[in-house]
Amino acid sequence: MIDNKKADKTKLPLPIPTPETAHFWEGTKKDELRLQRCQSCAATYFPPRPFCPACASKAVEVFAASGEATLYSYVINHLPHPAFDGPYAIAVVELKEGPRMMTNIVDVEQTPEALVLDMPLKVTFETLTEEISLPYFRPAGGAS
Amino acid sequence: MKPNSVAIVGAAETTELGKIPGMSQLQLHADAALNTLADAGLKPSDIDGIACAGESPVAVAHYLGIVPEWADGTQVGGCSFMLHVRHAAAAINEGLCTTVLITHGESGRSGVGRGGFRGNRASLQGQFESPYGPMGPPSIFTIPFLRYMKETGTTLEQLATVAVVQREWAGMNPRAAQRDPISVDDVMNARMIAYPFTKLECCLVTDGGGALILTSAERAKDFPTKPVYIIGTGESVETPMISQMQDMTVSKAFQVSGAKAFRESGISHKDVDHLMIYDAFAHLPFYGLEDLGFCGRGEAGAFIEERQTAPGGSLPMNTNGGGLSYMHSGMYGMYALQESVRQMRGTAPAQIDDAKISVCHGVGGMFAASGTIIMSNESAN
Repeated sequence: MIDNKKADKTKLPLPIPTPETAHFWEGTKKDELRLQRCQSCAATYFPPRPFCPACASKAVEVFAASGEATLYSYVINHLPHPAFDGPYAIAVVELKEGPRMMTNIVDVEQTPEALVLDMPLKVTFETLTEEISLPYFRPAGGAS
Repeated sequence: MKPNSVAIVGAAETTELGKIPGMSQLQLHADAALNTLADAGLKPSDIDGIACAGESPVAVAHYLGIVPEWADGTQVGGCSFMLHVRHAAAAINEGLCTTVLITHGESGRSGVGRGGFRGNRASLQGQFESPYGPMGPPSIFTIPFLRYMKETGTTLEQLATVAVVQREWAGMNPRAAQRDPISVDDVMNARMIAYPFTKLECCLVTDGGGALILTSAERAKDFPTKPVYIIGTGESVETPMISQMQDMTVSKAFQVSGAKAFRESGISHKDVDHLMIYDAFAHLPFYGLEDLGFCGRGEAGAFIEERQTAPGGSLPMNTNGGGLSYMHSGMYGMYALQESVRQMRGTAPAQIDDAKISVCHGVGGMFAASGTIIMSNESAN
């Protein structure tokens, strides 16, 4: 299990937002997972940019995603990382809205038996600094 | 490019491979370059085009005393050298230069004179991947494989078999770093690096280099070496972020690059005598075999298990032992190209009898980029 008490999150290389991604990191501070949607072709996309990667339209909007996802793929890293305590999964999840993102799966044993592809997940946020809250995912319906 | 219009007339690796603490990375480029110039019977002043990755072409040209008329510093990871071959062929055909030197040197193990890896925390990878603890290729490149396994039914035993078969090839190669036979059990019971990948399913970390010299097919006949003709080339890029691959069970960059190279060459898969698929990790040959069209979707695991790519098989693959057993300095593409050239010259340690066509396929970054070069030892006429 990723034990947030043992893990030294100060050792994580934290994001430096850019003008194009600022809305995402403002969102996570408010427990919102923000995606973008094209108003011309309706494509929903991530990571952030001020134009649609499907049709290049600049008519795009930001919206709060449901936070629901499924486990798409992962590895369990056994190499020591200063910010983690023991082996941990580096996962890619598929959001209900379509885009995928990298994350860690929290509140669950970090084993192949516990981490089953396509299992339902729900976003959860952790405040690391005044500027940065990271989105993580945990098994849907599990205890927090 | 026009098939058979350009040939490789010089090819060599660094004098030593493995652990070379006595040479800086720049000197590894030069050592490989000087060996390659000697192979082709040329002096540095005969070179009018230069391409390299890892070091700037400015640094390498100046170090070798070359003031070229054409330079290419394309850097898309380990397949950069496949792209250099492709770009050089176009440049030679366009008359931009006549004789191109492509160099690679990498102090991957010893780290002598090597720039540090600097993560940019404002890049998209820095913002949306690095905070989740990826620690370089072993824990990033490997992420797609569980999805591939689930969708294709490929097994962990089949993954381990890739390493076993490549070790068989390495056993025939005196310059290979790891030559002792291994079993599927050995591979599966080796130290876990990033589940489901064990140490023996991850590439070596070594020092070394290699270089190539290309010129027009017309001039190639005047060189002391047996010309190796470029008959098909392809390249593509997909994404710098593993999490943003369109589909983790295929590489779009592999598909685009491979299809382009096959179209250019006019050959079909059954014409291929020898294959190199860049194997930084044991799953890459599955993707390469399928995305280039040698195997149907999900069939690569069984294909390797049936020993089709093993010594004596129908499609000898990674005959130097590959990145898993021969060497891997970080950007392995140059060594794959060197082995294809050796096979086409008839000088490989594990030589394939009567091999006439070799496909050499590289990956760059972590499924970020791709380059494919198809070579032949037969001229067009």
